[in-house]
Amino acid sequence: MAVTALALVRLRNLFAVVMLAGMFSLLAAVLYVVLDAVDVAFTEAAVGAGITTVLMLGTLALTTSEEKAAPRKILAPLLLVVATGAVLIYGTMDMPRYGDPNAPIHRHVAPYYLERTGPDTGLPNVVTAVLASYRGYDTLGEVAVIFTAAVGVLILIGRSRRPRKKRQPADKKKAAQ
Amino acid sequence: MEFPGLYNYWITIVLMMVGFYIVIAHDNLIKKVVGLNIFQVSVFVFYISMAKVRGGTAPILDAGIEIYSNPLPHVLILTAIVVGVATTALALALVVRIRNAYGTIEDDEIEGQEDDA
Repeated sequence: MAVTALALVRLRNLFAVVMLAGMFSLLAAVLYVVLDAVDVAFTEAAVGAGITTVLMLGTLALTTSEEKAAPRKILAPLLLVVATGAVLIYGTMDMPRYGDPNAPIHRHVAPYYLERTGPDTGLPNVVTAVLASYRGYDTLGEVAVIFTAAVGVLILIGRSRRPRKKRQPADKKKAAQ
Repeated sequence: MEFPGLYNYWITIVLMMVGFYIVIAHDNLIKKVVGLNIFQVSVFVFYISMAKVRGGTAPILDAGIEIYSNPLPHVLILTAIVVGVATTALALALVVRIRNAYGTIEDDEIEGQEDDA
């Protein structure tokens, strides 16, 4: 995955960049399955790898598929990035270890949901239960965000000469499920 | 310093820095959007890897399973992925508009045109 990301930095053909970004998303989905997040993996594969790639390809069709020159100012961004990364790595020193069952994140409200989901909702899938039942309002807000984005996209490019872009909101509504 | 316990965070940070580098070092706007997406995915991986419990399974209730991974980060990230696609779509729409207005999607060329005007 890191290799894919690094290849993305070097490539200048934007078509290849978009395809690699899709691959990157799929690799992320595989990683989520390994980390027990099957629902997230579904969504990432469908939305991240699927719809994002389609949107990017649409944009490429409307603009250009070749990046101009390689960036000239390399040193300053690189230094900034390395410095930020070093600070962040220093910050991880106090984080709970990977897979530690006693990490604070697992001791607060998570056991409540794991215990109550079965009796409360009758759903076996805790992620779905929390998403649609306990935190249904969050999903409502999410739909509002997507609607706003769809309206924004339509305002920005809806009246342009190319009506193809009007398909976008329909795609995103599906993603909201 | 126990090395193996923290490598998930370090992978996250490497990915995040790659995305960050693309965003600040490249002039092409589509490439910047891709970099933002990488940054975003690294945050997702961060959350999901925090949710993992050693020996646990996916949080789907079943008889005979005692340890589940934490479902709450999964819910958060599900929402975040969808919202991320919405923002990506909006960013790409802006890119298309910029292309229509300036005829280029390179940041420095746009700046040059602004300076000329």
